[in-house]
Amino acid sequence: MIGSIVSSGVAIGCIYALIGIAYNVMFSASRVFSFTAGTLGMLGGVLGSLFIARMGMPVAAGFLLALAGGAALGIVTEIVAVRPVLKSLDQHLYVLSTLALALMIQQFTAIEWGTDARPFPRLFDIARGGFDQQFWLPMLACAAVIVGLELLYRHTLIGRAFLAIAEDSYAARALGLPERRLRMASYALAGAIGTLAGFAGGEMLLAFFANAPMLTFYGFVPVALGGMGNNRGAVVAGLLLGLFQQAANFLVGGIFASVAVFTVFIIVLLARPEGLAGATFQRRV
Amino acid sequence: MDTRATPLRPNRAQASGSASALVAALPFLALLLAGVALPLFGGGYWGVIATRACIYWVLVSGLNLVVGFAGQIAIGWVALLTLGAYTTSVLAAGTVTPALPPYLALAIAAVVGAIFGLVVGLPALRLRTFYFAITTLGFATIVTQVALAWQSVTGGGVGVAGPVFPEPFASQWGFYYFCFGLAAICTWMTANVAASRFGRALTAIRDAEVAAEASGISKPVLLGAVFTFSGAVAAVAGGLFASLQSYITPDAFTIDLSILFFIAILIGGRGSILGPLLGTILLTVLPEFAAPLVAWSTFLYAVLLLVIVLAIPGEILDFRNRRSLESGRAIIPRPDRLERLLGALPNAGPLTLEQVRLSFGGVRAIDGLDLEIRPCQVHGLIGPNGSGKTTTLNVISGYYTQQSGAVRLNGAALPALARHRRAHMRIARTFQTPRIVGSASVLENVMIGGTVDGECTFVESLLSLPRHRRDEAMLRDTALLALEAVGLERLAAVRADRLQHSELRFTEVARALMLRPAFLLLDEPAAGLSTEEIRRLSALLLAIARAGTGVLLVEHHADLIFDICHHVTVLNLGRILAAGTPAEIRSHREVVNAYLG
Repeated sequence: MIGSIVSSGVAIGCIYALIGIAYNVMFSASRVFSFTAGTLGMLGGVLGSLFIARMGMPVAAGFLLALAGGAALGIVTEIVAVRPVLKSLDQHLYVLSTLALALMIQQFTAIEWGTDARPFPRLFDIARGGFDQQFWLPMLACAAVIVGLELLYRHTLIGRAFLAIAEDSYAARALGLPERRLRMASYALAGAIGTLAGFAGGEMLLAFFANAPMLTFYGFVPVALGGMGNNRGAVVAGLLLGLFQQAANFLVGGIFASVAVFTVFIIVLLARPEGLAGATFQRRV
Repeated sequence: MDTRATPLRPNRAQASGSASALVAALPFLALLLAGVALPLFGGGYWGVIATRACIYWVLVSGLNLVVGFAGQIAIGWVALLTLGAYTTSVLAAGTVTPALPPYLALAIAAVVGAIFGLVVGLPALRLRTFYFAITTLGFATIVTQVALAWQSVTGGGVGVAGPVFPEPFASQWGFYYFCFGLAAICTWMTANVAASRFGRALTAIRDAEVAAEASGISKPVLLGAVFTFSGAVAAVAGGLFASLQSYITPDAFTIDLSILFFIAILIGGRGSILGPLLGTILLTVLPEFAAPLVAWSTFLYAVLLLVIVLAIPGEILDFRNRRSLESGRAIIPRPDRLERLLGALPNAGPLTLEQVRLSFGGVRAIDGLDLEIRPCQVHGLIGPNGSGKTTTLNVISGYYTQQSGAVRLNGAALPALARHRRAHMRIARTFQTPRIVGSASVLENVMIGGTVDGECTFVESLLSLPRHRRDEAMLRDTALLALEAVGLERLAAVRADRLQHSELRFTEVARALMLRPAFLLLDEPAAGLSTEEIRRLSALLLAIARAGTGVLLVEHHADLIFDICHHVTVLNLGRILAAGTPAEIRSHREVVNAYLG
C-alpha cells in the first residue's frame, strides 16, 4: 500500500515537475508564462501512442519524433503567441495569446485523435511488476532532464547564454547575444521537455486530449510554490504535490485530494505571491 | 488673465449627454422587442437556441463586469455555471435533501454561486494576470473532478436530471420567457452599474490602478462586490442551463464554454454592455448556420481569440466619438469657479513629516526629512533627479512606508500603506505620467476623482434606486464645475485618449479637485507644458491655495517654483539642502551651485 502510494506519487510528481520546468524554461527566456505547457504534456502521450501503437514505429523512432514534434510546437508558440506580444509585456496579452494557441491544439487533438482516453504502448517488453516501468520512466525522465539542464547551464556556452538572457535580456542583447534565436531555442527545449513528461508518463495518464488543462494547472502549481524560474523549487514542490495527491487519493478519496490541492495552492499564493522561494519588488508609481 | 472672455458652455455637454443616452438605449429596446416577438416567428428548435442565448447572457452579463470592466482574466467561469446547475438540480430532485421547489433551489444556487464567486475571485486582489487566470482554470478543473467523484450527490458520470420549472414556465416558450426576463433584468442591472461610480471605478482599476487608489477606490471591496454578483448570476444561469438540458453530466461543462463566454466579451469590446450582448448572441447562433463547423466551433473561437489579441488588442465595436477635434485649442482655466467647487474647506491643520527615513537596499532615498505643508500655501519641493522628491510624495500618499519617522495630518499619524484612505482624508495627488482611463470620456475620468463622495451602495446602483441617481447627478455637476475650473469643459464628452499631453495634466488636476482636497500633491505638473500653459497653471494653483488647500509642488521648472511658492524645500540625496522663502533659496549659495547653476 505505502509502496504503491510512494511510487505512483513520486512518478506523478515527476511529471508535474517536468511540466513546471517547461514553464520555467519558457519564462526564463521571455518573462512569459505560456498556457501551452500542459498541452505539450498531453501531446507527448498522444504523439507517442500515435507513432508507436497506431503507426507501428519502433519505440526509439516514436520517442524522437514525439520530442521533435514538441520542440516544433515550442518554436511555433514563440513565433505565433509570444514574440508578437513581447513589445507590450505590461498589457499581459500573452495570457490570452498562449491560451488561444493551447486551445487550438487541444481542440485539434480532440477532433482528429478523438475525445476518448486511449492506451499508451508499453515501451519495454518486460513483465509488469511492483516497481513497474510506468513508475520509473517518469522518474528517469525527470532525473535526466535535471542533470541535462545542469550540464547545459553550467558547462556549455549556449547554456550560459540562456542564463544571461534570463538574468538581463537587455544587457545580453547589448553584449551581442542573438536574443531572438536563443529565445526560440529555449522554447524548443521547453517543448521537448514538456513532451517528454507526457511521453514518459504516458502509461499513467494515457493518450487523452483533456490532460492538457489538467497538466497546465497541476504543472503550474510547482512553479507557483517553488518560485518562478526556479527549477529546483519546481522539482521539490512537484514531488510533494504528487505524493500528497496520491496519498489523499488512496486514503481519503479523490474529492478531498482535489479540493485540498487547490486550497493549499490558493493559500500559499495569497500568503507569498512570489512563491515559497523567491522575492520580487516592483515599482508602481 | 481675462476669464470672462470665454463663454461657459456646460449645457451643451449635458444636452448632448441625454440625447446620446437615448440613442445608446435604442439597440437595447430593439433587442427587447425582437426577443418578446420571437415566438411569433421562430420554430421549435430556434426557441431552444434563443433560450440558450438568454441563459449564456445571464452569465456573461456578470462576467462582463469582471473581464470587460475590471480587466480580470477569469477564464474558468464555467465552474460557476457547473456549480449552479448541480446545486439547483440536486436540491430540486431531492436526492440529498427533501425536494425543494425549483425557484427556491435556484435562489439557493444563487447564494452558493455568490459565495464561490467571491472565493474564486478574491485571489485576484493579490495575484496578477497569469496567476489569477490559472487559478480560475484550476477551479474549473477541480469542480469537474468533484462532480465526477462525488457520486452520491452528483450521480458521477451518469449525471442527474435538471429541474423542471412549474407553469407558466413549463412549456418551451414559457421557459424561454422566463430566461428572457432574467436576461433583460441582468442587462438592466449591469448597465446601471456600468454607468455608476462603481463602473467607472472598475475601469479605473483596470487602466489606472494607482490613480484609482489615490481617488479612494478600495479594490478589495469593489472587486468583492463584483465577483459576488457575477458568481450569483452565473449560478442562476447554471440552474436554467440544467433545466434546458433536462439532464446534466460533468461532460456538459467543458472549458470550451468558458472560452465562448470569454470571447463573447472580447469581441464585444471591453467596457461595453451592448458589445458583449451582441457577441453572446452571435457566438450562440453562429454554429447553427454552419452545421459542418459545429465540431470545429471551439477551435474557431480559439483562432478568433488569437486574431483579436494579435491584430486588434483594443475595442472592436467601438464607434464612439470619432468626430475630429478642433486643433489649436487652448486650455483657459477659470479660477473663479474654485470657490463654488471647493466650498468652505474645513480648516485643517498642517501635514507634517518628521525625521522620515526610507532606504531601498543600500540607497537612502529619504534620509531624515522634515517638512510642513500648511493650508493656503504652495510648498515647493525641488532638487536634482534622484534626490527623493517623488519618493516623498509616495510616502505621503501611502505607496511606501517610511522606515522611521512619522507623517502626520493635523497631529495624527497617517496609517501606513492605506493608500485609498488618503482620499477620505482629503489628500489628493497627480502623477508624473498622467494616469488616465483612455477609453472613458474626460468627464468620466474627472468623476472618478469624486468616488468617495458617493453615498449609495453597490446594490442601490444595480437597481438604480434614488440615491444612485442623486449621486450620479451630483458627481456629474461637480465634475463639470471642476472641468470649467481647469478650462477643459469643452472636451468633457471626448475620449480621454484623444487628448494632448497638456490636457491630460489639467484633467488630472480636475480629478484631484473633485476631492475638495485639504492637501494637493502635484508631481511635476508643468512637465511638457508650454510657457503659456505654465503661466495659466501657476494662476490656477495660486487660486487653489487661496481657496484653502495646501499644495505640495514637486517641480523642475525653477521659474514656476519661485513665482508661486510661499515656501521652498531643496532636497539633495534625500536630505534637505536648504529651506526657506523663494528669495532666500534663490540666494542660497549651495543651492545655486548644486542645482540652479
